[in-house]
Amino acid sequence: MTDLSPLDAEGVSAAVEEALAAFAAASTLEDLKEARLAHTGDKAPISLANRQIGGLDSADKAAAGKNMGMARGRLNKALESRQAELEAERDARVLVEEAVDVTLPVEHALVGARHPLETLQESMCDVFVAMGWEVAEGPELEAEWFNFDALNFDPDHPAREMQDTFFIDPPESGLLLRTHTSPVQIRAALARKEALESEGRGIYVICPGKTFRTDELDATHTPVFHQIEGLAIDKGLTMAHLKGTLDFFARAMFGPDAVTRLRPSYFPFTEPSAEMDLRCFVCGGEDTSCRTCSGTGWIEWGGCGMTHPNVLRAAGIDPDEYTAFAFGMGVERTLMFRHGVKDMRDMVEGDIRFSQQFGVEI
Amino acid sequence: MPKVPLSWLAESVDLVDGSSAEDVAAALARVGLEEEGIEGPPVKGPLVVGRVLSLVKETASNGKTVNYCRVDVGEHNDEPITEGYDNVGQVEGKGPDAGHFFTPSRGIVCGAHNFVEGDYVVVVLPGAELPGPFPISGRKTYGHWSDGMICSAKELGLGEEHDGIIVLQSPSRDADAEFGGFGLAHLEPGQDAIELLGLDENTIEINVTPDRGYSFSIRGVAREYAHATGQEFRDPAALKTPERTFGGFAVEIDDPEPVRGNVGADRFVARIVRGFDPTAPSPTWMKSRLTASGMRPISLAVDVTNYVMLELGQPLHAYDLAKVTAPIVVRRASASGELSAISTLTTLDDAERTLDGEDLLICDSEGGRGARAIGIAGVMGGADTEVSDTTTDILLEGAHFDPITIARSARRHKLGSEASRRFERGVDTQLAPVAVQRAIDLLTKFGGGEVDHQVTDVNTTVAPTPIEMRVDFPGSIVGVEYTQAGVIGALEQVGCTVKLFEALSEPDSLTVTPPTWRPDLTDAINLVEEVARLHGFENLPSVLPVAPPGHGYTHSQKVRKSVARGLADRGLTQVLTYPFISEQRLDDMLIPDGDPRRDLVRLANPLSAELPLMRTSLIQTLVDALKVNLGRGAQDVAIYEVGRAYQSGRIGDVPRSFSGNAITPDDVEALNEALPMQRRRVAGLMTGQRTPSGWHGTGAAFDWTDALAAAQAVAQMAGVTIVAAAEAHMPWHPGRCATYRLEDGTFVGHAGELHPKVLETLGLPARTVAFEMILDPMVEFREGQITLAEAVNAQPLAKEDFAFVVASNVAAGDLVACVKRAGGDLIEDARVFDVYAGEQVGEGKKSLAVAVRMRAADKTLSAEDVLEVRKAIIAAAEGEFEAVLR
Repeated sequence: MTDLSPLDAEGVSAAVEEALAAFAAASTLEDLKEARLAHTGDKAPISLANRQIGGLDSADKAAAGKNMGMARGRLNKALESRQAELEAERDARVLVEEAVDVTLPVEHALVGARHPLETLQESMCDVFVAMGWEVAEGPELEAEWFNFDALNFDPDHPAREMQDTFFIDPPESGLLLRTHTSPVQIRAALARKEALESEGRGIYVICPGKTFRTDELDATHTPVFHQIEGLAIDKGLTMAHLKGTLDFFARAMFGPDAVTRLRPSYFPFTEPSAEMDLRCFVCGGEDTSCRTCSGTGWIEWGGCGMTHPNVLRAAGIDPDEYTAFAFGMGVERTLMFRHGVKDMRDMVEGDIRFSQQFGVEI
Repeated sequence: MPKVPLSWLAESVDLVDGSSAEDVAAALARVGLEEEGIEGPPVKGPLVVGRVLSLVKETASNGKTVNYCRVDVGEHNDEPITEGYDNVGQVEGKGPDAGHFFTPSRGIVCGAHNFVEGDYVVVVLPGAELPGPFPISGRKTYGHWSDGMICSAKELGLGEEHDGIIVLQSPSRDADAEFGGFGLAHLEPGQDAIELLGLDENTIEINVTPDRGYSFSIRGVAREYAHATGQEFRDPAALKTPERTFGGFAVEIDDPEPVRGNVGADRFVARIVRGFDPTAPSPTWMKSRLTASGMRPISLAVDVTNYVMLELGQPLHAYDLAKVTAPIVVRRASASGELSAISTLTTLDDAERTLDGEDLLICDSEGGRGARAIGIAGVMGGADTEVSDTTTDILLEGAHFDPITIARSARRHKLGSEASRRFERGVDTQLAPVAVQRAIDLLTKFGGGEVDHQVTDVNTTVAPTPIEMRVDFPGSIVGVEYTQAGVIGALEQVGCTVKLFEALSEPDSLTVTPPTWRPDLTDAINLVEEVARLHGFENLPSVLPVAPPGHGYTHSQKVRKSVARGLADRGLTQVLTYPFISEQRLDDMLIPDGDPRRDLVRLANPLSAELPLMRTSLIQTLVDALKVNLGRGAQDVAIYEVGRAYQSGRIGDVPRSFSGNAITPDDVEALNEALPMQRRRVAGLMTGQRTPSGWHGTGAAFDWTDALAAAQAVAQMAGVTIVAAAEAHMPWHPGRCATYRLEDGTFVGHAGELHPKVLETLGLPARTVAFEMILDPMVEFREGQITLAEAVNAQPLAKEDFAFVVASNVAAGDLVACVKRAGGDLIEDARVFDVYAGEQVGEGKKSLAVAVRMRAADKTLSAEDVLEVRKAIIAAAEGEFEAVLR
């Protein structure tokens, strides 16, 4: 085989064509590498021809240089393009090969959850905090004075009897497990009284928490339960403000169509007092066989009323100057009808499957 | 709570045309009488009048004699009257009597013997249902097909008599044999007996709130229904009563030591009926109303007192006059003056009651003035003097007792009676003479006899105190602009007397005198409620008040939420457990004597005698939740609880009352000081696999590190740094328990593996791990602090590793702390990355490999700089722990 001359335009072109065909025929990166070495390596005709340029006459040098430059340009371009094609093919193949089964179990740890009674209380508080109210809390083991006396419960009121209230031994200790979150009303009012009187800063608090009564555990009763209670003390507050607050709260928890209804009732610490019902959010009062409202169209949600003047007096607040309203509802009960929980025992037994169906939000 | 038969209610107020029981209940709910239930008629028909055509006595194989009766039940007869057969029909079907010929009738087997042929009886037919519920069907018995049943009063819920069936009329015998009230009625076989016997009643059970005791009566409920609907109210207490006279049965009230300043009895009416027929039955309508109201018919005398109580709200008591010795003395059980103490009384339920000195007693003077108790006032009468089936002379008592005295006695003796329920809520002070009159009218009408004209009426009742109120006050509380006429009208409707004082400048003011049946109306605010509820709560405007800008959640609230969420994100599930424990639980957890966790708060009245104590740590009850989950098949369980535990600590003298009824900040402080400690905590338990075994490899079990990591995560979420120390603390494994403190040394909690013995005793899996952290000190430590940033150092990092051989009891944390101190400011981080113990390091030794990262604030560390630090670290470790570099 004679050496290819750099001046042999036809020969160079043929060698280039041959190389291009080899590149195109390469189906793998390895084939391409071989083809590249064969056609552009040190021993390749084109390379050898290129090396000859140095020994040519200056007159021929220009022509040969142009000849070879074009040839090498074409080779490099083809090589790069084929290289890119084959790399893309390889990459695509690798990604396919590396595919996994995304339906396999992937947890490397247990999945936790919050207790829905806790998240529900937090959601309820959020509604009020967003309106500027503050979350007030108090002790669960409480003084009888806060739990009863300050709330206008007569010393002979039946609620003070052992039938309902857990008293602390010795009975004359004056201590009990709070039977409601209402003692927090007095504590919150006392803590904020100065700002009320000196700055005219109205008191608006929401009080969630654990409460206790001597009920045996069954589907609808539990001796340890939770309440959420609201209290507002300000100048000129009326029952219309109470109703407005309850309507807002109901819409926040049950959607924009929620409707509330007040019915006259009695609590020692409010006057006038009312029971608060919620228009059934499941059937809207349209289904007489509705299981959420037992077909009555209304769900009893809580109690409320205008704070009794004696309660304000107990906190040292002048009822002639300020009026107040309060409301309270059971968190367990709310969870039951809002989320379709049928049996209160599920909430208290500590079975993690109950919490886990709610996750971390409610 | 009271049950209200609608027909009875309708006697005092016309029900709105076409209204159902539900409509009436809804109307009552609008004014505050909540519905507790609606009961339909107690008997579902067919229940009909039957005439006994024939009665054949047959002795059955068991020796019992039964009657095989053919009873004409009119249109309900098995075989209709067939023309041409002279009112004789052939029984069809396959029963034992099939094929026999009878006058149109039904065959019924009856075991009672108090009736004869021709009597009119009450027959319940197949398909019907009697109270019980007791469904009726035809059946074969004593060789006959019995196609229904002849009813006794008891079976229909009309009384307790079970010595025979109801005979409505007995044309062949005396009227005496007849069931009350049907002697002259025209009865027709087949006639519906449900309506006839008053068994078609719809009854509403309502919930009466403590402020409205007067609604414990038809009278009160009718008034409320009138308020709700605008229907006219006809007061059943509008009866003429005779004035008091001299010479009636002597009654004295002797109560020198009243309870809370209220004399035990301020009214006592006593009247006498003589020549009463003790065998006279109560009329059927009275029995059916009593039954519908939830009371058992007993005898005419007792039924009448109960009936009047249900109707008017005034409890009455009937004594056998022959057994009572004048004078009656109303007194306390304790000795007082010439009265000696009385210690026991056998009440008419035949129970002997031990009396409390404060109990108010009705006494007679058998054995001396006021010496014998014949009743606990307003609660229950005594057995000695009760009316019996031979009582012909009756002494009727209608009294007004102090609500508190009655409430205390009823609770003391656990005797919540119909009478005490009414007295403790407050009875109309002017009702006693009316109710006694009403009872006399009923007794003499149905039982005969004559009433004495003498009337005893000891009366020291005080008229209700008038209340001053500005006309605009109700509107200012309710947020509705009531007119003056609207306010006055509502108050007059509830029975108040209202006087208006017109003022020129100020709003007009009212003097309102409440009616005697509303002892709850004592303040202007009570009147506001009356105005509001009579005008209706349904029309209240809805106005959202604007609160001043608030401070958002407190630091404590934010930390708790963060911790709760953080642990859930770490794979733990939040649970809530009851805080009640037994002392045994502490023993099981090996809590030593004298430990603060034995400083227990004890309940005076626990739900369960086994769990009388409050938990002193959360783990004590959290183990129960773990057991529940394991018991239900879970194996890998990680749970936590955020809550309080309680320590009695300083249960001191808790103040009970405060001067002027208002509390001062000092009082609050004293009171809080006296409260048991009840700090907020978080605790967790983990058992089983932390990482599940599976397709990707072998899993890993929870171990002590998980508990410690969780405790440290809690601290991190609370924004504090905690330091671990190896200190044994039950119920943890003594060698696998970390005690955590804040930087200032405040104790905050424990974490580690639980003691194997504790786990065994509690029946929990081996190697279960736990942590419990007290949140309050962490919150207090961090509250109000602002985190200050340090500039991020961009100088190059230098890394050095060390492997120190130390005694095996050297804590890694201490060695790392020493390394950090020796390296000074240049140390960015130092941590143990390998622990080795074995032959290569020798007995009693271990190797701790520490990776140290160094960075200078202002320059690249040179090799010389690093070497210097290295030397310092080695020297310090050697000096402090006799550490040898491997």
